[in-house]
Amino acid sequence: MPRRLLRDGEVVIDDWRTLSETAADDDSALMLPVDQWLTDRERWIERRGPLGVILAPQYKVEILAPDLARFSLVAVEFPGPGEGRGYTQGRLLRERWLFTGELRATGAIGRDHIFFLARCGFNSFELPDREIESAAAAFSTFSAAYQPSNDAGLGAPLRHRWEPV
Amino acid sequence: MRSCTAVISPPVSRQLKYPAMYRYDVIDKALVNERVAQFRDQTRRFLAGELSEDEFRHLRLRNGLYIQRHAPMLRVAIPYGLLSSGQLRTLAAIARRYDRGYGHFTTRQNIQYNWPTLETVPDILAELAAVEMHAIQTSGNCIRNTTSDHLAGVTPDELEDPRPYCEIIRQWSSFHPEFTYLPRKFKIAVTGSPKDRAASLIHDVGVHIVRGPGGEPGFEILAGGGLGRTPVIGQVVREFLPREHLLSYLEAVLRIYNREGRRDNLTKARIKILVRSMGIEEFRRRVESEWELIKDSGLRVTEAQVEHMRSFFNPPAYRSLPDSDPAAGRDTAFRAWYRYNTSEHKAPGYRVVYVSLKSPDAAPGDATDAQMELIADLADRHSFGEIRVTHTQNLLFADVEQERTFELWEALREAGLATPNIGTLTDMICCPGLDFCSLANAGSIDVAKLINERFDDYDYVYDLGELDLKMSGCMNACGHHHVGNIGILGVDKGGAEWYQITIGGAAGADASLGTVIGPSVAKADVPETLARLLDVYVERRLPEERFLDTVRRLGVQLFKDRVYAAPAAA
Repeated sequence: MPRRLLRDGEVVIDDWRTLSETAADDDSALMLPVDQWLTDRERWIERRGPLGVILAPQYKVEILAPDLARFSLVAVEFPGPGEGRGYTQGRLLRERWLFTGELRATGAIGRDHIFFLARCGFNSFELPDREIESAAAAFSTFSAAYQPSNDAGLGAPLRHRWEPV
Repeated sequence: MRSCTAVISPPVSRQLKYPAMYRYDVIDKALVNERVAQFRDQTRRFLAGELSEDEFRHLRLRNGLYIQRHAPMLRVAIPYGLLSSGQLRTLAAIARRYDRGYGHFTTRQNIQYNWPTLETVPDILAELAAVEMHAIQTSGNCIRNTTSDHLAGVTPDELEDPRPYCEIIRQWSSFHPEFTYLPRKFKIAVTGSPKDRAASLIHDVGVHIVRGPGGEPGFEILAGGGLGRTPVIGQVVREFLPREHLLSYLEAVLRIYNREGRRDNLTKARIKILVRSMGIEEFRRRVESEWELIKDSGLRVTEAQVEHMRSFFNPPAYRSLPDSDPAAGRDTAFRAWYRYNTSEHKAPGYRVVYVSLKSPDAAPGDATDAQMELIADLADRHSFGEIRVTHTQNLLFADVEQERTFELWEALREAGLATPNIGTLTDMICCPGLDFCSLANAGSIDVAKLINERFDDYDYVYDLGELDLKMSGCMNACGHHHVGNIGILGVDKGGAEWYQITIGGAAGADASLGTVIGPSVAKADVPETLARLLDVYVERRLPEERFLDTVRRLGVQLFKDRVYAAPAAA
């Protein structure tokens, strides 16, 4: 069954494949675990199709920085519902390394996580099937925010308190 | 499920000039109401089976809701311990309507309810939102309620009122998108006085208001303090941080912690372990280099923002009064209360008055609904409608005319709220213990009762002078036992409740960790053990020397020898 996800507020069929879902040398959009990317970088650079990378929480985003322009997607993994490193990874990718591609949250996330994830720059979300149709409502959980962040995933910045006067 | 959203108390009126405290604007109001709606929906989905236990646990914990021994426990935030009389009446009404008629004030200036049902929690949160209160981030691995000095704004010894900065931090930390799933809980305390009454050295981050070399306003930032299984005193990360950078610096500290803190072992996940394993120099280097990259971002705190925040905490219009001696000519009971339960105020003719929640007849820190309502009325009559919660689990009126203290005492005494013991042995800090908490190994409330029974002679207790006794029912150290002059820790020994005793701890500016005196003792022997420790002190103290200083001077051995010399006559 094709994988569905919530991207830019809409439910879409995932157009990205993992290594187990496609041939390594075709021209489909392929997302690679970061360790595969690191060990075989030269090989993947020569590949024709679009490249994405799957970032586990123990990796620092800085290791992707020199190659970030090569990726159209970064999928950040959240192995458990209490995992929080990905929120920092997301902000740093957007704010410090100016990543403009698809920033995806994957793993143990649900509709209750996506408001904050969107404020950390995530714009696509792999969600449990039972939630996927109704989840977009969560983007309007709060109408304002106290702190500046990266609201790329919400589309427009929330009004907030700590704007420079 | 219950759908009642009726509101018990009217909102705190915007027209009211007092008390001087932060008042919500449209953004604050919208956010707390949206939080109630969010949690109502999450609770509904959980009860409908759409969320698993584990999924819901992460969500309810961010709203202060634990599943405890008897029922859920709900922890409500009292930001930096400040309450209006209207808010306290709502807390009383919630205790009566949703609980069993009482609440428990905690060492982090919050209040806990032990008996609400899960289904009614969204309604409780709605009642709180109506009076500008909430339970946001009062548990879970996120930034908790910011605590402060309970004498803020009224003590003569402070450099600057810390409350405006506490509110700035409260707002910045509320719903912070990046720091909602930290490795572990994160507590910040702010103090503006060199006498640290906020226990800032045992917080994950301590913020001290200081002045720079040229007199410019700013902060000293400490990190890595904490109690629990591995007690650590916080260390200085930066000696002077200009005021405008407060939030960017905190953000840098939190970011390093979120990235680097351990997540593989809950007991090693606090920032204190990170600071210790990295070393303070390396931790500082990482924080500083992160901060360099974000200090000029939108997190700058401007003069205008500080001024705006300060405007909420302007001192009330004190009358021009002479200092007087209300105790002169009064009976000894009032004189004792005045001496122990009131303290100095910066305005002439005024006094700070403590409401002791350490009566021998009640669990330490507990107040009934009727007591809370009486205290609210008394605050309206005598203290500009304001009440504060201290980290030692008492309440206080910050601005009482000295001449009115006698009238106030009479009213408090009638309600069992005038036990004259503030700062003494029986003003014990005590967690709820085994009776309520699912984490506890041993009871603490019943031990408090035994101690009260043994030390019921006030002349003896007064002679012992300043002495703080802190008791926790388990290693999580909610009762701060490590930093008690005398600390008592409940341990489980083959299914029985035993108690490990430490001496020489302190929580203030000269914070130190207590030393274990030896093997743990049985519950019935705790009072006798304390009596032996105190005997050594009474025999060996120098004139005017506090218990803490005697222990520091003599060392632990003498005390230990006495305690274990012969079996306690239980």
